Amino acid sequence: MFSRAYRAAISVPPLLWVAIFLVVPYFLLFCYSFWSVSSTQQIVHTWGLQNYRELLRVNVYLQTLFRSMWIAARVMIFSLLLGYPLAYYLSFHAGKHKDMLYQMVIIPLWVSYLVRAYAWKTILGSEGVLNTLLQYLHLTQHPLDFLLYSPFAVVLTLTHIYTPFAFLPIYASLEHIPRNLIEASHDLGASPSQTFWRVILPLSIPGVLAGATFAFVLSLGDFLAPLLLGGPSGVMISNIVVSLFGAAYDWPLGAAISFCMLGLVVALLFLSENLEKKWSFR
Amino acid sequence: MELPVSVERQSRWLPLHTLAVFCFLYLPIVTLIVYSFNGQGVGGFPPRDLTLSWYRMLFVDDAIWQSVLNSISVAFAAVVIALAFGIPAALALDRANFPGKAVFRRLVLLPLILPGIITGLSLLMLFREVDVKLSLATIILGHGTALISVATTEVFAGLQKLDRAQEEASLDLGANYWQTFWRITIPNLRLSIIGAALLIFTLSMDEIAVSFFLIGRDNTLPLEIWGRLRRGITPEINAISSIIFVFSLAVIVIWYRLRERKGQTEVAPELVQ
Repeated sequence: MFSRAYRAAISVPPLLWVAIFLVVPYFLLFCYSFWSVSSTQQIVHTWGLQNYRELLRVNVYLQTLFRSMWIAARVMIFSLLLGYPLAYYLSFHAGKHKDMLYQMVIIPLWVSYLVRAYAWKTILGSEGVLNTLLQYLHLTQHPLDFLLYSPFAVVLTLTHIYTPFAFLPIYASLEHIPRNLIEASHDLGASPSQTFWRVILPLSIPGVLAGATFAFVLSLGDFLAPLLLGGPSGVMISNIVVSLFGAAYDWPLGAAISFCMLGLVVALLFLSENLEKKWSFR
Repeated sequence: MELPVSVERQSRWLPLHTLAVFCFLYLPIVTLIVYSFNGQGVGGFPPRDLTLSWYRMLFVDDAIWQSVLNSISVAFAAVVIALAFGIPAALALDRANFPGKAVFRRLVLLPLILPGIITGLSLLMLFREVDVKLSLATIILGHGTALISVATTEVFAGLQKLDRAQEEASLDLGANYWQTFWRITIPNLRLSIIGAALLIFTLSMDEIAVSFFLIGRDNTLPLEIWGRLRRGITPEINAISSIIFVFSLAVIVIWYRLRERKGQTEVAPELVQ
């Protein structure tokens, strides 16, 4: 029913825009990763693999990448452990409060991410709310200094930020489970725990996968929480990229790291999409 | 829908877990607001010397208000760009066939899940190669591009529920595509469009990773806050954050009231995939 002109009119402008402002920049990132910087801090447009060789040669890059993945993995696990039972409770037990509780999970997302990270800093600091509270209650004599400027602080803050992101797709998948399947399971003699493990959990796997992907990928590339709360032991891969684009002024090396991250993220998205297809029951 | 008690025995730890998660989610927000009234700075338990002086200080702080204005104008412009290209993109995904359509769909969504710094520094390279000076305009281009994804997903979800018969009727009765678009398609999609606009506006107001690389001389609010955090922490930041929180809360409440009256209570999950 739609004419060729109409179809061209709706496709060409967005395609052009996306080509200019997404495809070209990502391609430029790819090109930069093969270039280099001269001693006078000019970008040299000659092609070579030296940046990628540098990444494999200098330990700190791979170490930081693995640390970031380890932090992201912990954030993912904790967000699922917090988000899944929350989604389960809301979907099956919250009754008439369901919509209100759902909104209450979303509302923290409306407080700036930066501000929430900052709030954790004021809670965890050595003069912070938590340490002064513990001393006020005479539970500790001195401030606990592992709370701030540690991977712990980064994991805690990122878990706080990404738990709603893990919750949303899990909740959506639980809501889509036909309730008569659960009744059938019960009628056929399954106990509540059997019903959960054999019916509800398998049917909610696509949501779990989507939530896990969000939590992992978004925290993997984070650079603010580590800068604000991580200290030297909590540096993540994006912090290295930021410093390469700033003070260190080695854009090509930064581009090479970013391009590896881009590849990693796209591979993870691809993997999770395929797993989700495999697990979806339609 | 609630299950009969016999099917799902209400366990005791589940409500406790839920309560604990809510406490965890709200602890920083409550702390933030409480300490915006604390005379003794941002730390220290219990809070004491309750005061409004941080708010008073904030109201005469021109740099903050200038950055708020910058952020609002950036967000408005980003909404316009994202809708102008995101609505046609959703229509194209729904009704046009072109080579690379599947790739296009994934590409549009990519900035939403990709670490913001990658999108930010890729655009930085583009602007450098074509010699564009960094300013609020470059931030607008960055936000607009990154948030097309939000407009596309929301509007695409709306299109799936749209009855094409109305558009067909309009075309049969002699209206041209342009008239049909403005009089039938857009009004039918208005809830998705308003929802997308609100979401894009808030995401842009809060965006920092892309802005971080594209910033010129003028700060947006998150970058202004970021700059101050590096110099040390002051309850003024608690104060401005609390004001913005209360303000956005009011906007959401009004929006849901409007939406409920229209008989639609569906929200963000589609944004997710």
